Amino acid sequence: MTANPASRWALRVLGLGYVLALLLVPLGFIFYKTFEHGVAPPLDAITSPDGLHALKLTLITVAIAVPLNTMFGIACAILLVRHKFRGNFLIDAAINLPFAISPVVIGLSLFLLYGTTGWFEPALAEAGIKILFSVPGMVLACMFVSLPFVVRETVPVLQEIGTEQEQAASTLGANAWQTFWRVTLPAIRWGVAYGVVLTTARVLGEFGAVSVVSGSISGQTQTLPLFVEKQYENFNLPGAFGASVLLALLALMTLLAMNFLKRKEDA
Amino acid sequence: MGISVEGANKRFGDFQALEDVSIEVPTGSLTALLGPSGSGKSTLLRAIAGLESLDSGGVLIDGEDVGGKPTQKREVGFVFQHYAAFKHMTVYENVGFGLKIRKWDKRKISARVHELLDLVQLPGLADRYPSQLSGGQRQRMALARALAVQPQVLLLDEPFGALDAKVRKDLRTWLRNLHDEMHVTTIFVTHDQEEAMDVAGQLVVMNEGRVEQSGSADELYENPANEFVMSFVGEVNRLGDHFVRPHDMEVVLDPDERTQEGLVQRIVTLGFEVRVELVLSDGTEVWAQLTRAELQRLELREGQIAYLRPVQAKSFNGSSPSLSDGASTPLGSQDGGDAGIPAAV
Repeated sequence: MTANPASRWALRVLGLGYVLALLLVPLGFIFYKTFEHGVAPPLDAITSPDGLHALKLTLITVAIAVPLNTMFGIACAILLVRHKFRGNFLIDAAINLPFAISPVVIGLSLFLLYGTTGWFEPALAEAGIKILFSVPGMVLACMFVSLPFVVRETVPVLQEIGTEQEQAASTLGANAWQTFWRVTLPAIRWGVAYGVVLTTARVLGEFGAVSVVSGSISGQTQTLPLFVEKQYENFNLPGAFGASVLLALLALMTLLAMNFLKRKEDA
Repeated sequence: MGISVEGANKRFGDFQALEDVSIEVPTGSLTALLGPSGSGKSTLLRAIAGLESLDSGGVLIDGEDVGGKPTQKREVGFVFQHYAAFKHMTVYENVGFGLKIRKWDKRKISARVHELLDLVQLPGLADRYPSQLSGGQRQRMALARALAVQPQVLLLDEPFGALDAKVRKDLRTWLRNLHDEMHVTTIFVTHDQEEAMDVAGQLVVMNEGRVEQSGSADELYENPANEFVMSFVGEVNRLGDHFVRPHDMEVVLDPDERTQEGLVQRIVTLGFEVRVELVLSDGTEVWAQLTRAELQRLELREGQIAYLRPVQAKSFNGSSPSLSDGASTPLGSQDGGDAGIPAAV
């Protein structure tokens, strides 16, 4: 199809141009605007008490939501691939729901469940647990929207490695738990790692669902994306841009960390 | 450490993988399960290892019913056709896996692993990854891994199936020698009759989920229980109701009352052996195996008329003996009249 050089070049230019126009130009522009007047204005905004709190809250959400969804994701992938049962396809389809439903709707559904008139409200209120407008609700929202990533990345890898290595482990005396830790998990680790990176990026950047359940109270229930929006609404553009760049850097670091680990292993 | 399987049945949906299968594998023997694909031989092997559950029937290892035991407690060494190497582990870690699971001391593991790598002729490759080994080396590593834990029985599922012809031949000689040294009861699955006869002392021929016959290579070759076994353990020509091995076909130039006329279609020389393909007057295609000297004496040419005289033939009268006696080891129970030299059909 790409036999002649002219069409090959045309394809390259098209591909690069597309990426450039859609991704790199807007992102580059943010970097440019952020540091237009030096490092001080964005740095001030981020190091303000509200900014630091937003950063801390974002990291806390990641620290809770990502490990939980990773564990669930691996377990779910193993269930789907290794233990065929009736109704399997229902779970498989349900896992995709967060992809299909708008995050705002997800936030709203949590609001209805845990809100003052929600199903779970009486029991939770009795126990003194506050879900909405506090960290648990935000973590829940983040977990909901990032649920599919680890499952979706792990399922194909599990299918590809097949069951022979696991069977070999069992003939060598390993029980199911030992087989999982020593054989299955190492074999699927890069699929899982990729899922973790995607989950982390999603949790870092989640706006819609968190916005609904958190109430976006400055210095209390504001993650970095909410902080960006608030700064932008208040015409504090350096603050908004600074926090945006910080978010982008966090996501980039996650990607780099995975690449670094992978390269170290290959070496 | 002998193995017996009694009345094993297994269905996969509509497919009857095993049908009332019983076999007896003596302690210390090297037994081949031989059959075409889909004959149930791998399913039987996997059932012995506990990798497949039986619908009914039992597996006994050393007299003990292991039906309730999961694979990891059966102490079987299992070698897979596609090696099932742990790709993320080095050769050393692969071979030492079972020992690590058994919580052996590190120094003991190291000694044992190196001993086994010497045994399978892979010394010095301990730090390689499976991806850096050839197919033959990978399979020997898998064998070392299986042997490391000193299993009661060794089960090999088409161990050489994925290797090329030369490596296959080397490895089967090597496996036979290894078995002579170790004397661990071994069952190995193959669809290659030459491989089975070359390696194993005892053969179990399977077809469509049933045992057709078991016995030594000579017994199966000389006294096949039925048409299937006869055609599976060697080449065969069919002349009416009779079956004749190509080397039992004499080719002559002068007809008599016991010969059949045939047109020489093709003469293929395979080294010492010569394959002469003929078409009989009724359209049947047969072939005779001659030596090069015989061919030269006869001065046969393609397109000429020659006469065939079967020296030895068998007939099974259409009955399949294995069906009648529940597929358990019909040792030498052939009801075919041999030595019957058929007149012209």
